[in-house]
Amino acid sequence: MRSRWTYFIPLILLGLLAVYFAAGLGRNPKTLESVIINQKVPEFSLAPIEGSAKGFSNLDLENQISLVNIFGSWCVSCRIEHPFLMDLKERNIVPIYGIDWREPDRKSGPRWLKRYGNPYTIIGDDPKSKGAISFGVTGAPETFIVDKKGVIRFKHMGPITKLNWNDTLKPILEKLRKE
Amino acid sequence: MKFLIIILAVFFIPMPVHAVDPGEILQDLNLEKRARAISKELRCVVCQNQSIDDSDAPLARDLRILVRDRITSGDSDEAVINYVVSRYGDFVLLRPPVKAVTIVLWFGPIAIALLGVAALTTFFRRQRKYARETGRENEI
Repeated sequence: MRSRWTYFIPLILLGLLAVYFAAGLGRNPKTLESVIINQKVPEFSLAPIEGSAKGFSNLDLENQISLVNIFGSWCVSCRIEHPFLMDLKERNIVPIYGIDWREPDRKSGPRWLKRYGNPYTIIGDDPKSKGAISFGVTGAPETFIVDKKGVIRFKHMGPITKLNWNDTLKPILEKLRKE
Repeated sequence: MKFLIIILAVFFIPMPVHAVDPGEILQDLNLEKRARAISKELRCVVCQNQSIDDSDAPLARDLRILVRDRITSGDSDEAVINYVVSRYGDFVLLRPPVKAVTIVLWFGPIAIALLGVAALTTFFRRQRKYARETGRENEI
C-alpha cells in the first residue's frame, strides 16, 4: 500500500503552478526580450530630415562605438530625455545617431530640434517606420549601443536619465571601449 | 419598446471594424489575400493582444505596409514572417512555434489531462477491485 503522502501530490503541483503564475504576474509584458542584441545592425538607409544634407544608413555606424536613438517630436518621453542627450553631446562622450520616427510632417522634426537643440551626429528621417522596424523598436524613445564592429550590444527602452545612464549604459560603454 | 429594440440592436449587431486602410490594399487580389493572412499571424507589438491586421496603432499600420511591400517585391510568406521574427522575436507570432522551449506550452495541458484521466481510472478500478474482494459490490 502506498503511503498517504502521495495524495498530496496534486496539491503540491497546484502550489507550484500557483507560485509560477504569481511570479509571471509580476513580469512586465511590455519589456520584450530583444532578439537583435548581438546581431549586426541591419541594413537600412534613411533619407535626411529637412534642412540637412546627409541621411543615415547602417554604414555610418562602422568602426566606432555609438548610440542610436529613436525619437520623435510627438514623443513626450523624448522631450524628457533630450536635455541628457544634449549633455552627452556637449561633454563629447559618445556620438549619438538619431532616427526621427513618424513625424506628422517634414517640418516637425527639424522644428523640434531647432527649439531644443540637436544632440545628433546624423539623423535619418523615418516616416514609415522602416528604420524603427529594422531595429525591432516598439516605442520611443529607445536607444541602442552599437560596438566597433557594428553589432548591437544593448537596448534601452524609455528615456535615458542620469540614473540609468550611470547604472547601466555607462558601464556597458566603458566595457566595450576596453574590448 | 421600439426604443429598447433600437438600443439592443446597437449593442448586439456586430459592426465590421477594419484597421486596414483602403489605401493600403494591394491591387493584386492574390497578393492582398496573402498579406491579410500574414497580418493575422503577426502580433501588434504596441497593443499586444491584437494582430497587426486588427490594430489601429501606427506601428501596426507600418508593419502591414512593410508586409505588403515585401510580398509585392517577390518575398515568400515565410520570408516575410521570418524577417519580422528576426527583428521582434517569436513573440510577434500569435501562434507560438513548436520548439524545445515551447513543448510544455503546446503539450503540457494535454499531458496533464491524460495524467488526470489515468489517475481517475486507476482510482475507480481499485475501488471496484476492493469492493469485489470484500463482497460489498452492491454498495458502489
